[in-house]
Amino acid sequence: MSTILIIEQILNGLQSGIMLFLMAAGLTLIFGVMGLINLAHGSLYMIGAFAAAAVAGLTGSFVLALIAAMAAAAIAGVLVEMLVIRRLYATDHLDQVLATFALILIFSEGTRWVFGSFPLFLDIPDYLSGPVTLPGGIQYPFYRLVLICVGLLVAAGLGLLITRTRIGIQIRAGENDREMIAALGVDISKLYTLVFALGAALAGLAGALVGAIQSVQVGMGEPVLILAFVVIVIGGIGSIKGALIGALLVGLTDTLGGVFLPQLFKLFMEPSAAQSSGSALASMAIYILMGAVLIWRPTGLFGARP
Amino acid sequence: MIRERTLNGLVLVLLLAVPLWAMFNDQPFTITLATRAVIFALAAVGLNIALGLGGLVSLGHAAFFGIGGYAMGILAHHAQTYTPVMELPFLIEGTKSMPVIWLVAMVTSGIAAFLIGILSLRTAGVYFIMITLAFGQMFYFFSISWAAYGGEDGLLIYVRNDFPGLNTLVPINFFAICFTILCLVLLLNGLLARSPFGLALNAARQAPQRVQTVGLDPQRLKLVAFVISGVITGLAGALFADLNRFVSPTMFSWQMSGEIMIFIILGGNARLCGPVVGAVVFVMLEHFLGGLSEYWHIYLGALLLLVVFFARGGLVGLIAGREVAHD
Amino acid sequence: MKLKSLILSTALAALASGASAEGVKVGMITTLSGGGAGLGIDVRDGFMLAIGQSDRTDIEVVIEDDLRKPDVAVQLADKMIQSEKVDVMTGIIWSNLAMAVIPSATAQGKFYLSPNAGPSALAGKGCHKNYFNVAWQNDNLHEAAGAYAKGTGYKNSFILAPNYPAGQDALTGYKRMYDGELAGEIFTKLGQTDYAAEIAQIRASGADSVFFFLPGGMGISFLKQYADSGVDLPVVGPAFSFDQGILQAVGDAALGVVNTSQWNKDIDNATNAAFVETFQAEYGRLPSLYASQGFDTANLLISALEIAHPDDADAFRTALEAANFDSTRGDFEFGPNHHPIQDIYAREVIKEGDVYTNKIIGVALENHSDAYAVDCSF
Repeated sequence: MSTILIIEQILNGLQSGIMLFLMAAGLTLIFGVMGLINLAHGSLYMIGAFAAAAVAGLTGSFVLALIAAMAAAAIAGVLVEMLVIRRLYATDHLDQVLATFALILIFSEGTRWVFGSFPLFLDIPDYLSGPVTLPGGIQYPFYRLVLICVGLLVAAGLGLLITRTRIGIQIRAGENDREMIAALGVDISKLYTLVFALGAALAGLAGALVGAIQSVQVGMGEPVLILAFVVIVIGGIGSIKGALIGALLVGLTDTLGGVFLPQLFKLFMEPSAAQSSGSALASMAIYILMGAVLIWRPTGLFGARP
Repeated sequence: MIRERTLNGLVLVLLLAVPLWAMFNDQPFTITLATRAVIFALAAVGLNIALGLGGLVSLGHAAFFGIGGYAMGILAHHAQTYTPVMELPFLIEGTKSMPVIWLVAMVTSGIAAFLIGILSLRTAGVYFIMITLAFGQMFYFFSISWAAYGGEDGLLIYVRNDFPGLNTLVPINFFAICFTILCLVLLLNGLLARSPFGLALNAARQAPQRVQTVGLDPQRLKLVAFVISGVITGLAGALFADLNRFVSPTMFSWQMSGEIMIFIILGGNARLCGPVVGAVVFVMLEHFLGGLSEYWHIYLGALLLLVVFFARGGLVGLIAGREVAHD
Repeated sequence: MKLKSLILSTALAALASGASAEGVKVGMITTLSGGGAGLGIDVRDGFMLAIGQSDRTDIEVVIEDDLRKPDVAVQLADKMIQSEKVDVMTGIIWSNLAMAVIPSATAQGKFYLSPNAGPSALAGKGCHKNYFNVAWQNDNLHEAAGAYAKGTGYKNSFILAPNYPAGQDALTGYKRMYDGELAGEIFTKLGQTDYAAEIAQIRASGADSVFFFLPGGMGISFLKQYADSGVDLPVVGPAFSFDQGILQAVGDAALGVVNTSQWNKDIDNATNAAFVETFQAEYGRLPSLYASQGFDTANLLISALEIAHPDDADAFRTALEAANFDSTRGDFEFGPNHHPIQDIYAREVIKEGDVYTNKIIGVALENHSDAYAVDCSF
């Protein structure tokens, strides 16, 4: 196994981690500020991808497609927040789980009703496609580098938003004491809608960016949603920094585990058995990681201590 | 408003009457549907002990459902191929006997619930929901790649397993077995809720500190509830596998966990017969809404939203009102 | 679960024509909602097209949606057999559902005509005299890909498939016909959507060709990422990732890829030409592989019904074995295990105007049967 291959796999792990971060950031913000567990976050990711595919198909512009994805997911997010979620803040997690599970059913079948049962087409624009050669002779797809950069920019932007702006102060205050900031005259319901729209837009952006190199199809959001849950459990719920670190850890573990565990097993097993049991263990690796982190720190790496 | 106890009796009588009617009118499929509802109800009654009594929102109960299913699948598979389950360190043979299979299903899912419980109960609230979900996924992926037992294809059992003195292939007989188990478990559940353990658990859910001050360990109470819950759901899994004569990783899927939870909330959280009502209504919806449209999941989703908004106590709460003690 | 029955014939019509023959009831369990619904919808549409074109008015088709869940499929099968009392069953797309339903259906004396899934267990020791597969044995298209690779002179293939039984069978099937070296063999996670790690391994492996079996969305993801990676080794695969329904979502990334299939819309015979034309007219889209399989299944059924009613099981079975119908594939016959003996073609993905589609570039395997037939005895 060459160094080049290892570096390339690390880049792959970073890239998948950073896309997970876009999903996890919204989830963790929404939970941190509103105390809401939103299973339908994966549907917003799917809506982003479908909107992008539809707009790219009509206009041929990838940038417009990305904007449309964020707008569509944000609008869906706002609608969901005003019509459904708003009634759930005061209830327990159980009702939230059920209601957002119901939303998944509605969004998934609704999307299939509108767009049909076959996957949609969404591709990388020409100016972003193809490989580039990195120092050391590594051939790496340009688009994936762009994804890493976009993800890091969003992470930095979110960091600034949270620490430097008035909205950010309100969000942080909301995470600490919801009643208090309402009493201080912040329009809490507007803040909630805003945070929800922001989280939704990030999920939509992730859906569109990833949709360009994957399959745009109904149900694409749920596997990512579960990974995002793992991420925020590892990182600590409510923490943007935790979401970033957790996402990178999960991305790297998933990618590197899939590549190296079978190789490792080959040292002491015959190849095809090693291949299949190595792959089996690799598919469970992130859950084992999560278990380990929680034994060490029950509220995640950066979660608030109880 | 009807008293809840009257309602519970009515529900069970109705659940028994429909298959009997179907038997005399030669509608075997109706009996199959009723059996499916009974088994789902059993799985949900199991979850309800963790969720309703213990306040533990587990989104990973499909793990136990699946373990029960695979316990049945693996034992029966070895019995039908005449191969031992394992030879070392000691010989274990497959079996087609339901009581043995149930015992194995309950013990294995109990052990799994104990291990998952120890880890998951270090957390609470949303963490607990997510960590149980993740453990369920872990089992799901494991079962898919477990080639020895069919991987994603699952395991097919050609003939339903045996129960001493009954021909289990006759639909009404198998229904009777499942229905009896459900009634026994409901009875147990009722006794449990009123027992010192149940009362302490109820207190541990509402005010853990107070429980601690009287010298009880709330975490240990919750762990015991979680294990009992897992054992019952595991038993339901074994029955479900026997109903279909088939097990596959879909029993481990997180949608399955979600559905078990839906049964409870649809029927009424923490109500004795809530899960039963929920499971029956869900199976009926699945059956009749499916006839209306290819996109019936939309209607199901809308209906669930309505229940969350307007029927907080579930259907049982809607009919019997909020008179139940542990609320 | 869908409870929509399509009753094509009415009792009135039967009475009016004075037909004395009792009707035939067909139970179709297939996937019509959720992920993978496209395949079931195509099989259903192809099947119903053939039923509609025939002059039989006494065939009633009961269609149910299995949601791609094995337990639902088992239950629907119970319902079809116990309540609907169907004579013949068909429709299942996925091998794991087929394994759950078919053995118990045939054990209860029903005929099963598979329009898609052909698991190896049902072709060898587990074969049954009342089970017919009209599509292929699961290994066939992979074997054809292996044969094509061998014929083209590939010496060092990199092969990958998801880590589940059909994936393992796929790689076995490829290796059965291919005799070069393997640059690498990878099992991916089922449902995986990112293949960057695998593509990096392909790049580093020094392979001269790639074989993959990644059905559905997995294949779309792989092809898009592969095309963007700059690795330009030739790719071979079975038709599942290159079929009409899915190809539009892959786009340019699929152009030029060779895939193997027992059917294509340019197979030159009158039945096929009429099928492609009428299917397009009826449903407004090009037919897929799956649609052709559904169409052939229905025509096989109709041809056998002309001779005997399923109640007369022996005569009906003999009529099915004769496979005396006009297949969209041209020549079609059953082997001793009731699986097809047929030509399997190599196709190339091309663009016709705005539409991506396939054209045949050669025959990969001629009159091909399957490796399991020798183990089968009824």
